[in-house]
Amino acid sequence: MSEAAAATEPQAAALLEVTGLSAYYGSAQALEDVTFTMGRESIAIVGRNGMGKTTLCNAIIGISPPRAEGSIRFDGEELVGMPSHRIARLGVGYVPQGRRLFPSLTVDQHLKIAARGASANGSSWTRERVYELFPRLAERKGNGGAELSGGEQQMLAIGRALVTNPRILVMDEPSEGLAPAVIEGLIETFKHLEEEGLAILLIEQNLGVATALAERQLVMIGGGIAAETTASALADDPELQRRYLGVEPLAH
Amino acid sequence: MAERIRAWGVVGTVPRALAAGLVVFAILYVLVIADPPDEFGGGNWRTTNTGSALDDPSTFLTTVLDGLTFAGLLFIVASGFSLIFGLMRVVNMAHGAFYLLGGYIAYEIQQRMTGSGFGLNPTEVNTLEWVVPWLVAMVCIGVFGLAVQQLLLRWNQGQDLRQALITIAVSVIVADQVIAHFPRTVPAGTQQFGGNAVSISWPGWTNRLVDLHVGGVTYSLSRLVMLALGAAVGLALFLWLHKTKTGMVIRAGVDDRQMTAAIGINIQTTFALAFLVGSALAAFGATVGGSQASIAQGRDGEWLLFSLVVVIIGGMGSLAGAAVGSVLYGLVFAFAVAYLPTTGNECCTQYSVVLTFALMALVLAFRPQGLFGRAA
Repeated sequence: MSEAAAATEPQAAALLEVTGLSAYYGSAQALEDVTFTMGRESIAIVGRNGMGKTTLCNAIIGISPPRAEGSIRFDGEELVGMPSHRIARLGVGYVPQGRRLFPSLTVDQHLKIAARGASANGSSWTRERVYELFPRLAERKGNGGAELSGGEQQMLAIGRALVTNPRILVMDEPSEGLAPAVIEGLIETFKHLEEEGLAILLIEQNLGVATALAERQLVMIGGGIAAETTASALADDPELQRRYLGVEPLAH
Repeated sequence: MAERIRAWGVVGTVPRALAAGLVVFAILYVLVIADPPDEFGGGNWRTTNTGSALDDPSTFLTTVLDGLTFAGLLFIVASGFSLIFGLMRVVNMAHGAFYLLGGYIAYEIQQRMTGSGFGLNPTEVNTLEWVVPWLVAMVCIGVFGLAVQQLLLRWNQGQDLRQALITIAVSVIVADQVIAHFPRTVPAGTQQFGGNAVSISWPGWTNRLVDLHVGGVTYSLSRLVMLALGAAVGLALFLWLHKTKTGMVIRAGVDDRQMTAAIGINIQTTFALAFLVGSALAAFGATVGGSQASIAQGRDGEWLLFSLVVVIIGGMGSLAGAAVGSVLYGLVFAFAVAYLPTTGNECCTQYSVVLTFALMALVLAFRPQGLFGRAA
């Protein structure tokens, strides 16, 4: 009876639970006691450069993992110390900063090697569905990753993560270097993905993107979560933006 | 400092012109400048064994074929070396030792299959008696390479110096063990063990000359087979890397190992496969090389060096680079042997190997990452 009740309430369970996470590169501490929890929702982590946002991504995904203490639990499984490919197979999709496409592979080959069967939650992203989502990519199937425009590259990076059938999408600065019109399109896509039940952990410097997508906003400063606020509160409060995000050039 | 180096013109116009001039001179020398030897002996800087391409076109054509067929063999060995480096960033210093051991294994298997080696008439070896030793050597060395990677290298990933030292240690141990245990089957009166030179026999049907109907040139069929095998390996590797999913994963891994893992691919399995195939190619090359020339102690260092130079010229980790590097190396080597001046006993054809290093230096001066390499 209680099992059935648990099964009908997936919303209540924490999907990603980061507890007391500290990370070090050599003796330099990059993350300090990061703690947050997210369910099947979208949250944004905002903050200036060098505040540990990408280190947090690396720690979750397990690539070039810094020496980490603490715990990252995804759907109950401990990710710290787990090899990257197993983390990905658990359902953590990664859209890295700078896209990191494979220069020797074509668009279609990117999707081919990443594609995997349907995941536990029944979502089944295939190459065909990615091409439906991004018709631009379908036109450029045979092109190499390096021959795409910035926006197309980002579509491919997202598509590559989607065909692994993730339950959560970790995106590191997806709007970086893209034209405003392209960013608009991306936000639409993200909202569409969210409606399909995909949780999104968005790491952004661009407040417009972060606040458009997620209501919960975590602010990172100096390797730790300094505050949690909401999109509306952050958007309406220039003082908050100045303090946390260093809109003023000399803010320190 | 960088300013000063640039001011010296390491990549400036003058060295470029000089290098281009030397290359043009070398080509002209082969085509027209070289002279046939004087009847009365002696000679000058223009005196070569056969004279220029105009004097003796059939020698020229033969030399081209010598270069290309040698390139076929170089490619088989170097492509395996390049595959391992490209994916795993491991400079496998034991590649030459794998070659040596593979060659002796193929030799021993062939001896057992054909009976005693002495008096073995090369024309009596049938295809099976070459193919089986070749396959057995490839499987043995592939598995051996895989064991080295799993047992020794896997725990030191990303530690380039350690991996280089480990593979050097493996190569020293293997080379010594080869001397202690090979060759086992030798003709009566010659020394057993001690790593002395032995030859594998090509299948009998290759032991003839083919009339090419061009300039009256007849050419060794076994050398043409060597070229065909090199081309077949190249084609097979190309199809594998470009048309299969495993190959795509390998290329993705060459581009970005971490990102490949982050889309859920177990890159360790791919590494193991690459090491297996790369090592097996060393044994493939050794069977071919041991058939064309011989297997003997010291060949390990020689073939490690060949592989290194070829992939440095072509660009580490690039299949096309290994092919182009092999062809350039093979041609320069063959032409240096045939066309360096012969002014007497002291000079100069024995210096042919020096020109292959000149080739490498030339490539490195203008493209430090190799012809097809990507900047690190």
